[in-house]
Amino acid sequence: MTEHFPVLILLVPLFGALIVVLLGKERPNQCWMTSLISLGISSIISIFTVVAVLAGNKFQTIRYRMGGWPESNGYEVGIELRVDILAALVVFAVTFVGFVNTIYSKTRAEAEVQDKVSFFYALIQLLIVGLCGIVMTNDAFNLYVLIEITSLTSYALIAMGNRRAALSSFNYVIMGTIGASFYLLGVGYLYIKTGTLNIDDIRMVLGNNNLWEHQSIVVAFIFIMLGVWTKMAFFPLHGWLPNAYAYAPSMTGTFMAPLMTKVMVYVMIRVMVWLFGYEFVYSDQHVWGELVIWMSVIAIVAGSLLALARTDIKKMLTYLIVAEVGYMVGGAWLGNVTGQAGAFYHILSDAAMTFCLFIAASIIVLRVGDCRVNAFDNLFRKMPLTMIGFTVGALSMIGLPPTCGFFSKWYLISGGIEAGQWEYVCALIFSSLVNAVIFFRIFERAYFGQITEAKEDFVPSDSDANPETAIKEVPWSMLFPLFIASGSVLLVGIMNRTLFEWIQTALKMMNT
Amino acid sequence: MDLIIATFIEDNIVPKFNYWIYVILMMIGLYAMITKNNLMKKLIGMGIFQTAIILFYVSIGVKDTAGIPIISHHGSEHHQGATVHSESGPSSEEVSPVKVKNNTIDKDKYANPLPHVLMLTAIVVGVSTLGLALAISQKIFKSFETLEEDEILNKLRPGSHD
Amino acid sequence: MKVFGLIAVLIVGVLLLSATKDFPDWRDKDSPANEGPVSSFYIEKTEDLTKVPNMVTAVLADYRGYDTMFETIVIFIAGIGIIAVLRNFDEPHSSSIQRENNDEGGGLLARFTCSLILPFIQIFSLYVVAHGHHSPGGGFQGGVMLGASYILLALAFGLSKAKERFSERRTMIFAAVGIFIYVGWGVLCLLFGKEFLDYSVLNSILPGDAKWARSHSMLVVEIGVAFTVTAIMFSMYSNLSTRGRLSKGL
Repeated sequence: MTEHFPVLILLVPLFGALIVVLLGKERPNQCWMTSLISLGISSIISIFTVVAVLAGNKFQTIRYRMGGWPESNGYEVGIELRVDILAALVVFAVTFVGFVNTIYSKTRAEAEVQDKVSFFYALIQLLIVGLCGIVMTNDAFNLYVLIEITSLTSYALIAMGNRRAALSSFNYVIMGTIGASFYLLGVGYLYIKTGTLNIDDIRMVLGNNNLWEHQSIVVAFIFIMLGVWTKMAFFPLHGWLPNAYAYAPSMTGTFMAPLMTKVMVYVMIRVMVWLFGYEFVYSDQHVWGELVIWMSVIAIVAGSLLALARTDIKKMLTYLIVAEVGYMVGGAWLGNVTGQAGAFYHILSDAAMTFCLFIAASIIVLRVGDCRVNAFDNLFRKMPLTMIGFTVGALSMIGLPPTCGFFSKWYLISGGIEAGQWEYVCALIFSSLVNAVIFFRIFERAYFGQITEAKEDFVPSDSDANPETAIKEVPWSMLFPLFIASGSVLLVGIMNRTLFEWIQTALKMMNT
Repeated sequence: MDLIIATFIEDNIVPKFNYWIYVILMMIGLYAMITKNNLMKKLIGMGIFQTAIILFYVSIGVKDTAGIPIISHHGSEHHQGATVHSESGPSSEEVSPVKVKNNTIDKDKYANPLPHVLMLTAIVVGVSTLGLALAISQKIFKSFETLEEDEILNKLRPGSHD
Repeated sequence: MKVFGLIAVLIVGVLLLSATKDFPDWRDKDSPANEGPVSSFYIEKTEDLTKVPNMVTAVLADYRGYDTMFETIVIFIAGIGIIAVLRNFDEPHSSSIQRENNDEGGGLLARFTCSLILPFIQIFSLYVVAHGHHSPGGGFQGGVMLGASYILLALAFGLSKAKERFSERRTMIFAAVGIFIYVGWGVLCLLFGKEFLDYSVLNSILPGDAKWARSHSMLVVEIGVAFTVTAIMFSMYSNLSTRGRLSKGL
């Protein structure tokens, strides 16, 4: 049965989504229960998959042929799934974040989307199906279809909010379609030159016929990269991210912010390392190595400074996401295995950090009714438990041990030193300092009360806070996911040695 | 000078004119998506862009002597017994080339089926995106009373009431 | 702003066109894509291994059936998404007076013509679904035509008349049942011991040998696709034309 695990991870939320649609809008509690059960089962199966792939430190790869079609002349005829330790870790992260978020959404679902709860849960489960499918597939065109599944569910989920959310969602539609179409063009160019769509076979054909220096392969690589960068909000293609994630209903923000961009970074690493290979991407003939690292430096600096300038909490967090994407892209393009492994480890740690911060921010915005930094006034006294969760996430963003943020910065910096890219190392340190300024300002407010007036105007958010009642803690059903998120931040940090070794071994195996 | 341009066109553009046409069409669509102010014009640009990609892919699979990618049994020994049908129908069975001979299939007589399949998927994806984008623009119109992007941004500026 | 857009578009266009110099020519039958082993396998072996002459349907529903499943899910997401974004479940306030006037539909000529044509359209669309193995057709094409027939019903007779036949609840059930059929058929293959969507093991419950099992399973899967596409086409029309209220038609 273990060989069917990859498919089961996908099928369970899919059936969950169909059942939720059939349940209809009159039964919101059953819809919540169904999605909770299906995402829980999916997480458990993904844990088993991680164990199966590890196989006692032997690191086998599960290969699953859809439809059972065997190879013909050494070429795959059907679609194949390929799950190695990297994919298994990301799949576990995706399903786990989805599961914990579903617990969080119980209390907010009715208030935020009124009578469309069943459609909300169906879209959420289909989003998780799409993300898991992206991570596991080994076929270039299947990847495009799954990217479109995740994009379409995101467009719909964001547009369910208020009118600013609808406008940001439209902007996201335009930019997301451009990105996905660029990816499709790149795959088309590869197909014209190789005649196959399977990622392993494309690599084999490119190597056998020595097509590496052809102009069309270079252009295909550029367009696939452009498409994936648009989807992960790499500066300057990040224009859709701040508005889309900040104005989305708070439940969908916590689902999408930790997951979408990180899975796209995984796709980028997969394409660079497995499809095109080490020698092509990092060779000296192509000038893009230096260029991309400078672009990521600009992304980190710009993201941090733009976050510093905002006083709206969620906008600030989204600009921090833009900076984090800069870390990962720069780390992957450094040119050594340490950098790639550091970027991959940062996928996991950034998912945990962003998850923790977004849940905390949503809880605070909900309770206080103000989405500006003013909301944090005296919060250590009024909502201590929430602030503990927020503090763990903030310390991880700054990069203090034993949170995962410290270790991922450590690995990225050592990769940067090893590659001799000092501008990247300086940008990382600069970003840590700026994060420290941002978050210590918030802690100051939370401890001592209001210091300065917020610069941005009051934008009504989707909370139902009553200003007359005193601000107190939120119910446990919302605090519990926050504590799981903070716990995972600490856990990913404590386990960093083990995880890093696994990742490094898998990447070394890919690079040979 | 004219000779250089003519040879350039002769060698590079004419044998590959399908790629040139579709890329130019894609760029027209991309320009509309990026620069136009009206939301509907952006969506029309999106439609043009996606359609051009679809045509680009389908043109990959065309072969010189090929017909549609469906194996037909007209004119082969399978239908020798059914003379009634072949007499009453049009006489195209005798005219069309025999595509199935001795149970081996001539690969060159059929177009490549894979781009067609990929583009069926891409068409469906394009239609879904267009439907969702139209729904979102209806919601925007309901809230803002306009579909011009600069007017919408004016309404959102903090000077006017939210 | 427009200048930046123009420059960006020109750069992208030049980049795309610079690669065409090492592309195969138009109509070249020796290009890697056309000559490659994958396409040769599809053309030469399909009829033998799956007993389906239409190669496109065979690739769509069998070799790349996983992809088609996700394509059906994409159109399902579009339907649900439009309802989630646009649908307004409040009772309409003042439209009851206007409803009798505006809901008439297309007038006498349209109603008469449609009542003659609609049965033929629907039968033809079912034919397109079923005959997808031998002629261009299949689930998507037939489903769109069947959905279009309901849209024609709504245009000619008014949306309320079409909703009697195809209410919102029924469209959602049809759409979900369509995907259930597709995915359930694949899970059936899983239960019989082989991989997901490996139809050849189903020859124990379907007539004929393993190859005919593939052909019949493709038909089942295409029927599932047709259900979903029909329901979603009509749902998209009814939501988009009434701005989510489903009260007055076009």
